[in-house]
Parts: sequence; structure tokens; C-alpha cells
Amino acid sequence: MFYLKKQELKTDPLQLLSNNWQNTMQQLELSAKDARLKAFYQAGAVAADTALQEISFVALDFETTGLDPLHDGIVSIGLVPLTLGRIQSSKAQSYLVKPRVQLNESSVVVHGITDSTIALAPDLELYIEPLLQALAGKVVLVHHLPIERAFLYHGVMSRLKEAVVFPMIDTLALERGFTQSGLKGWWRQLTQQSLPSLRLADCRQRYQLPPYQPHHAVTDAIACAELFQAQVARHFSASTPVGKLWS
Amino acid sequence: MQIEQIEILNFLKRYSPFKELPDDLVQQTAMQVDIGYFKAGTPILRFGEPLQALYLVRSGAVETYRRNGVLYNRLSEGGIFAEQGLLRDKSVIFPATAIEDSLIYFIPAECFELLYKSDEVFADYVEIGDTQRKKAGVLSDKNSNELMSSEVRQLIGRSAVTLAADATVQQAAQLMQQESVSCLLIVADQSKDAALVGIVTDRDLRNRLIAAGLDYQQKVSVVMTTELVCIEQHQFVFEAMLLMLRHNVHHLPVLEDGKVLGIISIADVIRYESQNSLYIVSSIFRQQSVAELQSLSTELASCFVRMVNEDANSRMIGAAMAVTGRSFKQRLLELAEQQLGPPPVPYCFLALGSMARDEQLIVTDQDNALVLHNDYDPLLHQDYFVALAQFVCDGLAACGYSYCSGDIMATNSQWRQPLRVWQQYFTDWIEKPDAQRLLNSGIFFDLEGVWGQVCWADQLNHQIRRQVKANPDFLACMARNAISRTPPLGFFKDFVLENDGQQNNSLDIKRRGTAPLADLVRVHALSIGCAATNTYERLVAVKAAGILPKGRADDLLDALEVIAMVRIRQQAKSLQAGRAADNKVKPEELSAFERKTLKEAFQILSYAQKFLKFRYPGGRQ
Repeated sequence: MFYLKKQELKTDPLQLLSNNWQNTMQQLELSAKDARLKAFYQAGAVAADTALQEISFVALDFETTGLDPLHDGIVSIGLVPLTLGRIQSSKAQSYLVKPRVQLNESSVVVHGITDSTIALAPDLELYIEPLLQALAGKVVLVHHLPIERAFLYHGVMSRLKEAVVFPMIDTLALERGFTQSGLKGWWRQLTQQSLPSLRLADCRQRYQLPPYQPHHAVTDAIACAELFQAQVARHFSASTPVGKLWS
Repeated sequence: MQIEQIEILNFLKRYSPFKELPDDLVQQTAMQVDIGYFKAGTPILRFGEPLQALYLVRSGAVETYRRNGVLYNRLSEGGIFAEQGLLRDKSVIFPATAIEDSLIYFIPAECFELLYKSDEVFADYVEIGDTQRKKAGVLSDKNSNELMSSEVRQLIGRSAVTLAADATVQQAAQLMQQESVSCLLIVADQSKDAALVGIVTDRDLRNRLIAAGLDYQQKVSVVMTTELVCIEQHQFVFEAMLLMLRHNVHHLPVLEDGKVLGIISIADVIRYESQNSLYIVSSIFRQQSVAELQSLSTELASCFVRMVNEDANSRMIGAAMAVTGRSFKQRLLELAEQQLGPPPVPYCFLALGSMARDEQLIVTDQDNALVLHNDYDPLLHQDYFVALAQFVCDGLAACGYSYCSGDIMATNSQWRQPLRVWQQYFTDWIEKPDAQRLLNSGIFFDLEGVWGQVCWADQLNHQIRRQVKANPDFLACMARNAISRTPPLGFFKDFVLENDGQQNNSLDIKRRGTAPLADLVRVHALSIGCAATNTYERLVAVKAAGILPKGRADDLLDALEVIAMVRIRQQAKSLQAGRAADNKVKPEELSAFERKTLKEAFQILSYAQKFLKFRYPGGRQ
């Protein structure tokens, strides 16, 4: 993702989510009307005390027409399944989406996806089913959760008139925690140092991960997955319960 | 379809052996790559684990290790590892650990195999790679044997008990009783750093004091043994064993930098390992007839197989087989003398070739000769020595050491001559070499006395070293001769590629590998006046002398081990399958891994031959 400024989201349902995703997903299953959503919620979520090493994750990245989840749309989706030991880049998937709003120039510069590229691409609605199937039962990794969650939420809401939410781990939020909390954060505040950058590339650099060309959905998803593995290796352990990380 | 794994593809395109791949293959590969992150210090591969992928370092650094924990290789961005395991049996040979935070690409084994089969450049890269990799060929399977890899210092139970040389024999015996030891080290005086002057054992007291009826108040120096056979603390247990056998001693002082660390006895060694060539050797000397000796030859074969299976290296096996061969000869000569009576004039029985070099294997023909005293008179003594030679050579043949096809045996009157004739032979060969004489030199210049006046063998050896050094032309001729047998050019799944492009389905690994290598090393060794006969020891001396380009001696040492081990393993395999062992190697019977390392070893040999040619450009031939 390219817009990392904290967004003011007008999506209140998203703020209500508890740590008990297993329970939340069960309730959402009951209220869901669309068959695709019902099936998705039925796959449920793992228990909050499940160790990271036992979890199947999916790293997710969207490229969008702009920064406003209410008005802008998704143009491409990148998905990479992974576990703590292996990023299955060989099973990466990507979808090119034709947004309902015009591509604006400033975003084209960022992701390089032009009108001609998406001229023949289908609407997001066509991808809702495969996307939900790919995410069902998994814990989803993103870099900057509010944006990704809101874009998907509004994308699905505007098409199915129903909400979609599910457990996610935000590698940006994790990194903010590592760099800004505790003694280190206190020292930074005291000395009025500028906050370290939380951009994906800068986070990766702190773990000696190689620089990638950003704003390509699959590459960003792989980059996010690698960052997550590195974060867990350095700050957590394979037996850390997922409930500590997700939201 | 547009590939999504762009970063992976771009990375592969930057590094060998992927960047040389055609576009479609490298794309296909990129799409199959998975990724893992390893924090510094975490193991990536553990020894023996099943392998499902080739590993490629995307970022960070990785070290691979030998089984004993010694560093094998260090890899950084773009480095591949685990290819040896994939080529062999798909299990980890060299464990790997991330030494920096590392991102690793996993290339699935199926993908690796496809590339290996379909792309020659890729196959060559993973097979040949950097010269560092060939060393892996020396490693062999399974567990290592304690005896073969243990150093003698591990056997030292207690510090040696010492006594000053001016003490009496009775005091020595009292000290031995008090300390309950069977031997004492005798030092020059009481001081702390006194020099070691001798050793006294139970046996010395019995043989030299009691049996001789000497006074107990004699100085201990009268009965001690002064020709000390010692061993350095870092030498291997098997070397201690061989040393004891060779010198017929039961105790060895163990030295560290010339100072005594302790003593090990034959019992220590036996306790350490109860099944080995030591037993065969000791039983050889208990056999009372040729027929009885003959029955031991099957045990020798199983001993050979056991050593191979226990991961012994070629030096250990060669030395053990040579000691056994020597013992057979010694026992046969003892038996011959029992039957024929004592010799009319002193003689020395010579072992030649591989046995003299301590490189004997299970398939070997007997190369031997007799050096007789200069008082030898054919009219008076010929019958005796003809009979003696016949007895020994027939006996050896019965024990599995086939007659020499070139008739280099003591039964041939040409090779049963007085010392002065031998000296003249060698002088003629060195001063006036011709084809036949050079051939003879190659065989006879690796000589060792095994029985009788072995000091004559030393004299002859000394003469060779002296005269060869004084005759550079001879060395040049020998060099020419040494490169007449060449290794094959290449080695493929089911054929051997010859230098003229011809393909054969098998290879005589002795003729094309170990023999030319020994020939080559002999020339270098003679040029520096090296006294050793063993090819390995000669190479070490040649390396120390600095006459080879830097690193080449080490390469040759590795090549020697690879070639010898392939030969040894093939023979062991044949024996285990109940077939007669020979020197034929069929590429199809080798693992991909063995083929790869053998190919590299042959390349090293070929290079060394070229160097020899360059070093001795002339030659009168």
C-alpha cells in the first residue's frame, strides 16, 4: 500500500471488533445473507490462543485508485499464502480489477496500472467469491490494516450490501509497537526524535530484507509476508498465541 | 501469462546458474520458488533430514558444515546449497545455519531435477561448481568409525611413570609393582625436563635380566630399550596400531611437542576396537601352514569391506591392507625357513609397488624381489633361494595375491640378485634410461624391505634418491613416462568419454587414475629427494617443498582421495555382492555424486600432468 497516513474511517462497525474472532465469526455467519459470505464465515477463525506456528496465513495487498475507501476503488489484489516456515510464493494469486471510478493520474504513477490494462478486467464482484475462498479460515496479513480492511469492506458493501470483516494482523502496527513503545519509544519522545518510518520498505530494511520494487500487489504481499516472518523471528516466537497479534 | 513473482524472477536472472537458463525455464523456476526467513543463528538444514528443495540465498549469509562440525562453505547472496544432497539421495549432507538474518528461496526438488536434466549448463554448474565443492566427495556415508577418527591422546589413561637412568633394575621393578604398570619410561636424570632415554617393560626384565641371569643391582639402563618408537598425541589410533605391528612393540610413548604425555599399550588399542585388521595380522603369525594362511584370505576381504563401511579413508585402508600383505610375506618366509633350513647367506625380501607405498588394496598382484648378500655364490646357494622364492610366491598366490603378470617376482632370477647387482641395476637405469628401464624404475623405486636384512632396502632407497637428484635427464624421462597414461576426459551417466571422443562403458580406474597419479607424484617426490614412498606422504612433502603452484598440492590430495575411494568402494561393493573385485568402474554404477567428484578429480590430475610436462619439457625419449 502506498498511503500510510492514518485514515479517518467512517466505518464504525470495524471499531467494534473484539479479540475473540472465533466468536465474532460465528455470529457473523448467522447474520450473513449472501451465500458466499455465509460460506466464508462458516470457515470461521482459529482460537485466540492458537500458536502462530499452527496457523495458515494469507498476505494480502490491494492497489487502489486513491486513498479514500468510500470513493476510491481497488485495481489489483495480490494474495500469498504462508506459514511461519514457508512463504508459498509459488501459490501467489493476483486479480486485476476494473474499478467503478476513473483511474486518476497520481495513482497510475504509483502502481503503473493504466486504463488500457484494466479495460478488459472484470468488476470486483466477480472476484468476491474466489477472494473469500482464498481467505476462508486463514489469518490475513496486511501492511496498514485500516486501509486494507476499509477498502475490502466498502468494496463488498457496495456490491453485496453486506459487511465483511475478519481477523487480520497488521505488520505496520506491529512495527509501530516495536519502535515506539517501551523504553525505546520513551527515549525517542524524551529526545523529541522523529518517529521511525513505518513504510513497508523501511520496516523491511530494519530486518535486512532486500528492497523490492513497491506497488505491485503480489510483490507487496510477498514483502509483507517476509516482514511478518522476520518480525516473529525477532520479537515473538513460534508458540506466541495469535490473539496477541491480530485485531 | 504475465509472471507475478517479478522480484524472484529478477533475482534469479542475476545469478548463476539461473541467469544462463533460457527465459522460459527461468520463468518456470521463479514461479515455483517458495521463501523462508531465518534469523541469524537458526539452523536451516539438519544432517540427514529429507531434502525437498534446492536452497538459494536471497539475502543474508549461510554457512554449511561437515558432519564433524567443521565449516564446509560460506554462502552469501546468490549462493546455492543442498545440491549435493539432491544429487545423491535427497537427504541433507551438509547441515546449514543462517549466520546473518537470511531470506532463503526454496526451489523444489522436481524443479531442480528438471533443470538438471534439461539444461547442460545448469547441470555442469551444480556438478562442478567451485573447486571447494569437490571435497565433499571425500565424505562418505553413515557413521564414522571411532578407531579411524580418534586420536591417540584419548587412549592415555594416566601419566607415564618415569625413573632416572641411574636407578637399579630392582628399583625399577619395585616402582612398577607399586604403580602397577607394565612399563617405565627411563629419563636421563631427576630433573623436570629430563630427556627421555629409554623404556623398560615386563618383557625386558624377563628377557634381558632374568633370562640372562644378571644382577638385580644392575643399572636400569642396561636392560632398557633405547630405540624408542613413539607417537605424537594427535595421530590416529589406527596409526598407533600400525606402528605397534610394524615394530612389534606393545607400548608406545605418546608425545606432545617432543614431551611425553603418557603411554598407550596394545591392550588400550584392543580395548578400543575389537574387530579389525590387527586380529588378522596377529592370527597370520599363528598359522602353521600355507593352507592355514589361505583360510585367512576370506577374512581379509571382510576386513576390507568392514573398513570401507566404517568410513575409513583410503590411507587407512591402504596401510592396513599393506600391513596384512607384509605379514603374509613375513609368515611365509618364516615357514619357508622352517622347511628349508636357515639361509646360507643373508638376504632381504623386498616388497615393491603398492605394498611398499602402503597403498595396497584387496585386488593386487605380488610384486616382490630378493636382495642377496654379496657373498652369494650361485653354484652353492642358488637352489636354496629358488626354493625359497617359489615357496613364498606360491604361498602368496594361494592367499589371493596373484602372480605378477610382468614376472616381477623373486622367482625370476633377474630379480633375485646380490646387493651389488641391484646397485648396478639402479645406477644403469638412472644413468642410461630406456623404455624398459623407466618402466622398471616405476615399479622398483617404490621398495620396502619386509624380511631379513631390511637395512639393504634402506641403502637402495638412499642410492635412488642420491643418483636421481644428480641426473636431471632421468627425471625428465620419468616425467614423460608418468604422463603416458591419462585420465579420461569426461564421465557421463553410462559412458566414459575418452580424449579422442571415443565412448567406453567402463574404465580401469587403477590404470587411468591411481597409477598415473602415483607416477606423477613419484617424479615430484624424487625431484626433491623425498624419502617417503606413500603417495600421500610424498604429496605432503612436495607441498611443503613449494614446487607446485599454490593450492595444486591440496587439489591433488583431494583428487587422490576421491579416486582411491571410488576404487575402494567399487571393490567393496563387488565383494559384498559375492563377486571378485577388480579395477573396472562403470559410470552407471556410480552415484551422480560420485561421477561428479570423480570427473573433477580427473580434471585435477589432467591439469597436474600438463604441469609436469611444462616442468620437464625435454626428455631424451
